[in-house]
Amino acid sequence: MDFLRPASWEEALAAKAEHPTAVPIAGGTDVMVEINFDHRRPEYLLDLNRVGELHEWEAGEDSVRLGASVPYAKIMEHLRAELPGLALASHTVASPQIRNRGGVGGNLGTASPAGDAHPALLAAGAEVEAESAARGARRIPIDDFYTGVKRNALAPDELIRAVHVKKADGPQQYSKVGTRNAMVIAVCAFGLALHPETRTVRTGIGSAAPTPVRARAAEEFLNAALQEGGFWDNGKVITPSVAKQFAQLCSAACNPIDDVRGTAGYRRHAVGVMARRTLTWTWESYRGARNASKGAA
Amino acid sequence: MRVNFTVNGRPQEADDVWEGESLLYVLRERLGLPGSKNACEQGECGSCTVRLDGVPVCSCLVAAGQVEGREVVTVEGLADFARQRARSEGTRGSSGGPGASGTSLDEARAWQARGAGPHTGEGAELSPVQQAFIDAGAVQCGFCTPGLLVAADEMLERNPSPSDADIREALSGNLCRCTGYEKIMDAVRLAAARQSEEV
Repeated sequence: MDFLRPASWEEALAAKAEHPTAVPIAGGTDVMVEINFDHRRPEYLLDLNRVGELHEWEAGEDSVRLGASVPYAKIMEHLRAELPGLALASHTVASPQIRNRGGVGGNLGTASPAGDAHPALLAAGAEVEAESAARGARRIPIDDFYTGVKRNALAPDELIRAVHVKKADGPQQYSKVGTRNAMVIAVCAFGLALHPETRTVRTGIGSAAPTPVRARAAEEFLNAALQEGGFWDNGKVITPSVAKQFAQLCSAACNPIDDVRGTAGYRRHAVGVMARRTLTWTWESYRGARNASKGAA
Repeated sequence: MRVNFTVNGRPQEADDVWEGESLLYVLRERLGLPGSKNACEQGECGSCTVRLDGVPVCSCLVAAGQVEGREVVTVEGLADFARQRARSEGTRGSSGGPGASGTSLDEARAWQARGAGPHTGEGAELSPVQQAFIDAGAVQCGFCTPGLLVAADEMLERNPSPSDADIREALSGNLCRCTGYEKIMDAVRLAAARQSEEV
């Protein structure tokens, strides 16, 4: 095994181009487990810790450019207002020690269906900034990023530089089922974001299909129901039948398996429950903000 | 490969390090510092917790090559680290950085809590949080203790008057299979109370 230690982003891209089998390591919270357990013996380890810019983030007009190695602890601390869904998801990651090291770049690189960040990224809307020495940078929409179980759209010579996550324009929520609060791999997880500017909702489902997925039929149904009922304008309570139908469609979007953490049936059911709850939480928050601004006017 | 880094305030050099080796292995097997414990090797248990540039991390999940040029504090250096911090807080506000003196490898290897039973720790240099663990009876088999000490010490540095929820959150990455955590909670509360009396 060789340990490659690029000191800059350009050096890192050059190293990845020269050694496409090199495994990038940043927080190490996935890669080191595989090495410690002898599940993986990469020819090259490509250490990204010395590439300082990967630890930085920048809030722009519409989105946040989040460096691939920004640890979850920093997202929780500094980006709660801009990226509430991702901040909530970050809080559910493992333990303080892991959140001090792990970041979204690693979650995307591993592309496990159980990665905690994915539902939040899907719901908020995001693009992955990938780059290679040969072809330069490109932006991969998050909807096209996950291609299979632990597979993603990266080419062998590409590295993830940053994730561009849309800044919240409305309430976002995140929910995760596990046997305890800390140190838990999701049995399943659900992210929901209201986008009042476009009068749409987006969802993200984790650990209940071969890849993280959106519940598109559920989104379409809810978009239409909210539109028809004038909910965005009148700020009424969501009709229980609408919430129920939304929950059922979210369950139907799952394609889960039975495994040690839970059964397929349980996952489908739990995703429905989380969908209904997060819809209620976000909608109540939207109504609250709306009524508060009306009161002030 | 060779790795140069700072351990407990002193520069160290580890030779013949395998590229896939963890920081934990380097500390225990190459530098002879067995204070950080090796249990799960997957970041679940926190018994290998050390501070890397001041930040608590699982040393089993840090590749040895990643610590080149960086600063590590282990439980063996915790007493000195706490002393340095107390000293620097008196002069220039809070700072987590280890001071110039540090703990040598020989000192660290020879470190032991002298005494037994109720006399444990007598005559040894302990950090306040270590003393609190002994006084509160928060140590049973002791395997999880080093990780808990490093994590608890870091939390008290950041948050001098933690709520019970703060303590539980800060220690949520450290598993103990003996105590049921109540005595550990007592110990951290005790350390926090003593810390606030001193100010």
